[in-house]
Amino acid sequence: METLTVAPAGPAHPSAPAAPRDHDHDHGPLDPAHALAHADVWLSDVTAGYGDRVALEHVTIAVEPGSLLAVVGPNGAGKSTLLKLMAGLARPWSGRIQVLGGPAGREARRVAYVPQAELVDWAFPVTVEDVVMMGRFPRLGRVRRPGPDDRRSVRDALEQVQMDNHLRTQIGALSGGQRRRVFLARALAAEPDLFLLDEPVTGIDATTQELLMDLLEAQAARGKTVVATTHDLACAAGRFQQVLAVNRTVVAYGPSNLVLDADVLAAAYGGHLLVIEGRTVVLDDAHHHDDAAPGERHFHDMGGR
Amino acid sequence: MEWLLEPLSSPIIVRALLASALVGVVCAVVGTYVVLRGIAFIGDAVAHAAFPGVVVAYMVGFSFYLGAAVAAVGTALAIGFVTKRSGLRQDTSIGVLFAGMFALGIFLFSTIDGYVADLFSFLLGNVLAIGTGDLVALVIMGSGVIVTVAILWKELLYATFDPLGAAASGIKVDRLEYLFLALVALTIVVSLQAVGIILVVAMLITPAATAQLLTVRFTRLMVLAALIGIASAVVGLYLSYWFDVASGATIVLVQTSAFVVALVLGPRGLLARRRPAPAADVVDGVAA
Repeated sequence: METLTVAPAGPAHPSAPAAPRDHDHDHGPLDPAHALAHADVWLSDVTAGYGDRVALEHVTIAVEPGSLLAVVGPNGAGKSTLLKLMAGLARPWSGRIQVLGGPAGREARRVAYVPQAELVDWAFPVTVEDVVMMGRFPRLGRVRRPGPDDRRSVRDALEQVQMDNHLRTQIGALSGGQRRRVFLARALAAEPDLFLLDEPVTGIDATTQELLMDLLEAQAARGKTVVATTHDLACAAGRFQQVLAVNRTVVAYGPSNLVLDADVLAAAYGGHLLVIEGRTVVLDDAHHHDDAAPGERHFHDMGGR
Repeated sequence: MEWLLEPLSSPIIVRALLASALVGVVCAVVGTYVVLRGIAFIGDAVAHAAFPGVVVAYMVGFSFYLGAAVAAVGTALAIGFVTKRSGLRQDTSIGVLFAGMFALGIFLFSTIDGYVADLFSFLLGNVLAIGTGDLVALVIMGSGVIVTVAILWKELLYATFDPLGAAASGIKVDRLEYLFLALVALTIVVSLQAVGIILVVAMLITPAATAQLLTVRFTRLMVLAALIGIASAVVGLYLSYWFDVASGATIVLVQTSAFVVALVLGPRGLLARRRPAPAADVVDGVAA
């Protein structure tokens, strides 16, 4: 798909109401029936939010199998909400969502979702091995306990993220990068067809970022679909095939080199974008996640003890 | 040995020991999830909410357990429902419902003529009043709770640790939440007669909290909590027998003492040497 969908340039401020949309643009260059039949993730004119607060409106996208897609946008743009809609964790107010050929949530065992690090209680008494084993739980069913196959799969996933020498470590004793690696290992151990990752490369060092992106690239090459939100535009540009820029609605969607140009980013980030001598800098706040959804607990001390 | 065996010649004491040990295990197992979810307050709330059920059972003359169970489970599910539907915080809906139910209990209680000693034993507990029929009821309810947790431990663990990840992978987290609240309610009902409404929250929380100070592995935590639960029930009961003091309060005091010991002497305790961060923390150069 070498085309770029750019929404009509409306007022590029996050709080401004979305501009009225040209109907043709709603489906972009995609023929809806074709897109529905071939997409792993398909959203049609989806609007969603929490309480009376709109988080996303009129989102129409189709993500084909084998895609490696970065979702970018400023804080509060609806990136996490979009991921939750795909995971079936939030329901749209209007519009339709199809994931892996069924309504969102129906093919849950073929989906691995990794939440933002802030939503995890790192003091919880579980080890690295315990967390990755959770990725195997859905395929075990009700009564069955993890067996040798599951342990092998856990070991294998931890080898891939180079954490196999930390099996018995309590997760709170890990560094930020190690924590992200363990959660990716949990997703790998689930052997899903669709990875939904909320900020998988936020707050980690360059080496870990390369490692995680290599693994995700390999999964995409095998035909698995990867959708990840990120604040890291350099990573989105360099390591993802496709980028979806959102700011309450779709600002642009297409190959990363086309989406991540200064004009599109200006539309996505509004006043938070600074262009210096042709180089684009995003001025984002330091707090790297969206507001808590109702009922979510955020855990902020990450101190190992 | 005489002083250990002598109490066992009384069937009342034997029943009391069996009942408190059972309560110790069931509370510790369910309490492990309660503590990890950070909803300790709910134990206290559901216990107080069981009170009107107990009073009605007394007035109408049917089983105490049935009355307590209906009121406790009903309130627990109502707390879950109100929290989900009203958008209120869970501690707010707990506060409203538990105070309302306890007030209903006291209101009904005040309509009974004369002094009713039995009801006071539910507020403060009297493990020595447990008869053989009671013990059978406790075993049935207690094993029901344990078997349910044994079947659902994976789902409960996943949903407690990472509710979003669990729900996304197909675990019915909402349904599990209601089931868990019902399990907490049944656990409370099982414990009411041993320690009473006011102290039951300690049985639920303290052993798991103590175990949490001693281990960072989930399975060990639950086993350790169960052992602490049993041991403190037995030790507390013996102490109350020898010194002729209130059994429920003594059991809870033994648990509290164990907690304080773990707090001071445990691996992460107040006296533990402040160790430098483990090497794992700096492997990839990013401070957590």
